[in-house]
Amino acid sequence: MREIEANKITAQVKRLCMEANYDLGEDVLKAFKDYYAAEESPAGKEILEQLIENARIATDEKTPICQDTGLAILFIELGQDVHLVGGDLNEAVQEGVRQGYQEGYLRKSSCHPFTRKNLGDNTPAIIHIELVPGDKINIKFAPKGGGSENMSRVVMLTPAVGRQGVIDYVVNLIKESGSNPCPPTVVGVGIGGTFERAAYIAKKALLRPIGSKNPDPELAQMEEEILEKINKLGIGPQGLGGRTTSLAVHVDLVPCHIASLPLAVNVQCHAARHKEVTI
Amino acid sequence: MPETIKLTTPLSDQDVEKLRIGDKVSLNGVIYTGRDAAHKRLFDLLDQGESLPIDIKGQIIYYVGPSPAKPGQAIGSAGPTTSYRMDTYSPKLMSVGLKGMIGKGNRGQEVIDAMVKYKAVYFAAVGGAGSLIAKAIKKSEIVAYEDLGPEAIRKLEVEDFPVIVVNDTRGEDLYQKGVEQYRRE
Ligand code: SF4
Repeated sequence: MREIEANKITAQVKRLCMEANYDLGEDVLKAFKDYYAAEESPAGKEILEQLIENARIATDEKTPICQDTGLAILFIELGQDVHLVGGDLNEAVQEGVRQGYQEGYLRKSSCHPFTRKNLGDNTPAIIHIELVPGDKINIKFAPKGGGSENMSRVVMLTPAVGRQGVIDYVVNLIKESGSNPCPPTVVGVGIGGTFERAAYIAKKALLRPIGSKNPDPELAQMEEEILEKINKLGIGPQGLGGRTTSLAVHVDLVPCHIASLPLAVNVQCHAARHKEVTI
Repeated sequence: MPETIKLTTPLSDQDVEKLRIGDKVSLNGVIYTGRDAAHKRLFDLLDQGESLPIDIKGQIIYYVGPSPAKPGQAIGSAGPTTSYRMDTYSPKLMSVGLKGMIGKGNRGQEVIDAMVKYKAVYFAAVGGAGSLIAKAIKKSEIVAYEDLGPEAIRKLEVEDFPVIVVNDTRGEDLYQKGVEQYRRE
């Protein structure tokens, strides 16, 4: 058993909230630059240039990349030999989010679904915990803005539509989303499992570095195929026309029931923010 | 992309009539902010025949809900929010002289028609470029509806605020035209 202080988790979560919102990952920046070189639309090029410059300013001045600093989403891998002392995990994380959003000058977006009253401190954060072997805690923080989350879907397809049906659904969803999710996007696709499992793996797939290949060659090929189709839609940066509609498609697949074919598509805007720490 | 067109508010009919979809524009002078709640109030005032708390003749409204300003900053990150939520209110505001709107995402046909009728334009700012856009905002001051908090109407002083013309006074739509141009199906 390894003891970890709860306040250590609070401090790390607080730091992750700020850093993720100020510093865009190298993988995203590299994708901006690669697509900039290939973009044919002048407006598209101009927008990609602004995104690169925006990320530079955000890092240098420690200001949010986007003013929508999202709902706080955390994926935690908790080693089963960890013993947390001085508090409980949930509250330690919520407190980290509270402090990070307050002290980092981040926008608080959590509200009541009907009254729309802002809850004021961006909690409750959405926390996913997986128990894993070992005595460490890995925390991944990924703020998610409303614009792209609103374009995401879970659908229970008829198994007969198969692989092609999945591809068509994803491409069509991106087509219909147009400018709304702030393209260029990253598209997380979760295939199989159940209703909620599909959504979970789709969201988790967004955390994979852009440019990484799916270890499963069949899924890697599917990712390429979907990406190619999406980038032929013409939507382009910000939906104003161009080649760069998505930077990457990340697919994950798990077994499902003989009677169903669950599919989740989680759309991520270009502000593809995430940071992690292992304690 | 053509040269950047520099414009200073308030805008005249001639200023907006020469703009075409796809034009890159840099805005200077004063612009106002407003989102759903503020729009609803302005709309209701006009409905009741009352005057507005700001003079919007020739002016531009920016749809934005910034992040909190750090000490020493005029404003926090300040990228555009989705525009269609303002569609119900925009034609009426154009009818009393609003010349420009800045946001992101498509506008409804009735808004596009109103732009033709009243000679106004819709600009897109780059969604998610909040830090970059904040640099162009030199001063920010609440001028109405302080009780709405982040949704209050602010008067911004801007310098070279970067936007792209999406809907012009001829009823053209860059969201449609741009995508058509690059689609390969
Ligand atoms: S979709 Fe993403 S980039 Fe666009 S406004 Fe929302 S958080 Fe920002």
